Amino acid sequence: MRLRPAGGSLMSTSLLVVQILNGLQLGVLLFLIAAGLTLVFGVMDFINLAHGVQYMLGAYLAVAIYALTDGFLAALVLALAAMLAFGLLLEFAVFRHLYDRDHLDHVIATFGIILFLNQGVKLVWGAAPLSLPMPELFSGSVKLADGLLYPVWRLVVIASGLAVAALLYWLVAHTRIGMLVRAGATNAAMVSALGVNIRRLFMIVFGFGAMLAGFAGIMIAPILSVEPGMGDTVLILAFVVIVIGGIGSIRGAFVAALLIGLVDTLGRSFSVDILRLVMGPSPARTVGPAIASMLIYLLMAVVLYIRPTGLFPAKGR
Amino acid sequence: MDEPVLRLQKLRKSFGALVVTDDVTFDLMLCELHAVIGPNGAGKTTLINQISGLVAPDSGSILFGGRDITGLPAHARAAAGLARSFQVSSILPGFSALENVALAVQSRCGSSFRVLGRAAAEDALNGPAMAALADVGLGERAHVPAGELAHGEKRALELAIALAMRPKVLLLDEPMAGTGREETARLVELLRRLKGRFSVVLVEHDMTAVFALADRISVLLYGRILASGAPAAVRADPQVVAAYLGDEME
Amino acid sequence: MPASLAASLPRPRGGLPAGMLPAGIFLVLALLPLVGSFTGGSYLMSLGSRVMIFAIAATALDLLIGFSALISFGHAAFIGLGAYSVGILSAYGITDALVSLPVALAVSAAFAFLTGMVCLRTTGVYFIMITLAFGQMAFFTASSLAPFGGDDGLIVAARNTLAGFPLLRNDRTFYYVVLFCLLATYLFCRALVASRFGRVVRGAKENPVRVATIGFDVYRFQLAIYVVAGALAGLAGFLLANATEFVSPAYMSWQRSGELIVMVLLGGLGSLDGAIIGAAAYLLTEEWLSGVTEHWKVIFGPMLVLIVLFARGGLIGLASAVVRRFIRG
Repeated sequence: MRLRPAGGSLMSTSLLVVQILNGLQLGVLLFLIAAGLTLVFGVMDFINLAHGVQYMLGAYLAVAIYALTDGFLAALVLALAAMLAFGLLLEFAVFRHLYDRDHLDHVIATFGIILFLNQGVKLVWGAAPLSLPMPELFSGSVKLADGLLYPVWRLVVIASGLAVAALLYWLVAHTRIGMLVRAGATNAAMVSALGVNIRRLFMIVFGFGAMLAGFAGIMIAPILSVEPGMGDTVLILAFVVIVIGGIGSIRGAFVAALLIGLVDTLGRSFSVDILRLVMGPSPARTVGPAIASMLIYLLMAVVLYIRPTGLFPAKGR
Repeated sequence: MDEPVLRLQKLRKSFGALVVTDDVTFDLMLCELHAVIGPNGAGKTTLINQISGLVAPDSGSILFGGRDITGLPAHARAAAGLARSFQVSSILPGFSALENVALAVQSRCGSSFRVLGRAAAEDALNGPAMAALADVGLGERAHVPAGELAHGEKRALELAIALAMRPKVLLLDEPMAGTGREETARLVELLRRLKGRFSVVLVEHDMTAVFALADRISVLLYGRILASGAPAAVRADPQVVAAYLGDEME
Repeated sequence: MPASLAASLPRPRGGLPAGMLPAGIFLVLALLPLVGSFTGGSYLMSLGSRVMIFAIAATALDLLIGFSALISFGHAAFIGLGAYSVGILSAYGITDALVSLPVALAVSAAFAFLTGMVCLRTTGVYFIMITLAFGQMAFFTASSLAPFGGDDGLIVAARNTLAGFPLLRNDRTFYYVVLFCLLATYLFCRALVASRFGRVVRGAKENPVRVATIGFDVYRFQLAIYVVAGALAGLAGFLLANATEFVSPAYMSWQRSGELIVMVLLGGLGSLDGAIIGAAAYLLTEEWLSGVTEHWKVIFGPMLVLIVLFARGGLIGLASAVVRRFIRG
């Protein structure tokens, strides 16, 4: 997810542009994952730690289907369908019995699912990292400016993420089901009392969320390696996103995701350089990476200190 | 002594476009029972919430014993002698009735940062707690988990908790809410006995109780004080009768 | 409060009169080395030490989750801080427990105080996430400590000496030291919960608004218990570093924090002795299953799900339900 600058770490404009784009790409990826997470949390009040492994599973399914079909598009579509089915199955079999329970029960149950799937993919596909080849059409680099080449696929990822964001916005703001979701995120009990089939709504929200996470996994697979545990770090980042953005708010998730994508990427690339302005090169090189990894957590701590329920909380106070 | 123990000055609170407390000026004299009545939605509970510190007013001030407590958090106000009961019973369901009240006694009885020594065995806490329970008629039910008490018993427990804090001012938010006739009579009798020991703000719907106990009555309508004064005067006030009492009195 | 695995258990438990269960547990633990000497090898003792060390951390976490309704998802960080105190001091040649232990406790308590100040301003899932965040911060800091092993961790040359004497090097002595620490932790937590302080904290779990309007500053009480729980986990970390003679950032991973929560839950929230049983159950299952297959988590994961779905009140609740059914005939 991060593009390590080759050679020296001179702060040049082209490097800055590249890292900004990388930050946007990470942000968009985080948004895809966080959107499903914040919806599930906002509407069903359900903490789904297993969202990270859903992201991972999407990638693995795409790899497996690609091996059979040898076409990226086919792999993408079929894997998405499989993720939808998987999400619905998980909701039906396990999660729907837990909506009334404490958050703690959600944490433990989904933790169990994480253990199961992380080990399960190792069992089925082995522990070695796998790769998913990107479509021929998008596999090159494009020249954005003099001396500035950027991989096409990463631009595709950014574009598809923004497209999904636009689709979600349209769905939530302009369709009936979107309205139900928004209402459910504010007050699920009321929506149910109004006679809406809340069970079906929950199932749809959950399935859709699983699909979004899977989509993120599939899109990122050509860039990253597909391996067990790949969902774990991403999960934490996604939670940071929804906490900063405000639980239940897609707009919040979008803003926070881009913010975190940029802060994390730029922080990691330039932390050493920035710190070098205030301390010697050697301490900067030790402290820099440590601070860079902590940056988004510091950001979350600061945000929660000022706004204990995030930037755009869906539920009224 | 003509300094009121509790004074609200031009208190204002809005939730969005809805003005819930509209320039309320109100005071409570020492050992007085000042009742606040009004239809549902008049803003009575919000008023109590602002006095006890659970809701922050948009503007205006609250003076307690002459001291401005408008910015003080709820726990500090309680520690200073402002006790309240809740309209919807707010007790500790997993604790026994005795332990609920003992916790209230504990807040007045030395430091609670004590780590050693079993709190449940302390006579200094249990004694006053049992006394408070007996006062409200729950002496027999001391060891029942509070969550298992009947509705009327929970209302009595609410009162016992407030009393055990040995407060200077008692804010009672509809203590008779949902209680049967016998229970109501008992609570009225208890409040009558307490008059003179505490200064009380009593929010109530039960007009019989209000007119039996109140030294002064204020009528709240849409967040505004419509009328305020001695019970007889308020009862006769045509505005009040038209707006509220006309429906309430038989 | 919704029915759930996460409900406090009433005492007595397991169908036994109060006090019998913890007495039984400690008796078993005290006699374990004797059994071990028959079956041969110090394997049983080292496993037992490990169980007890995590039991200390789990008991501390039960103070938070079970008694205060503070679901901390970063508790492993304190274990790590305690362990790294031992490791770093040892790297500088300071190897006596009389120094390492107070430092471990102080560092954990300080971290708990500073992070608790921020965390306790939040509630619910925000609290869970922010404790997770601070745990991650500790993890990443440790991972980037290149002079102390970074990602790979740090080997501790030898166990701490006790006032100059290498007592802890003897596995059996070490075992009994750990047992003593566990017993002390348990008794301390029991006293804490029954005290005036404990009553306020337990009350705040039931109804924080009511407790505040009685006159207690709930924030201060919660901060205090957060610090206590952190320090106790630091003790566990100190013992862990001595047990394994190795410290690593993995001690502080969020997965470890999750495992601690599972341990507390398995034993039944708010039971303290249940935390010991939960730690034992988790670690023993892990030992047993990983002997059966390297893919033991494929079995363990669904087991957790099933426990959450069906075993309310943790294993003890399950056991007492079984006992009750059996008695009824």
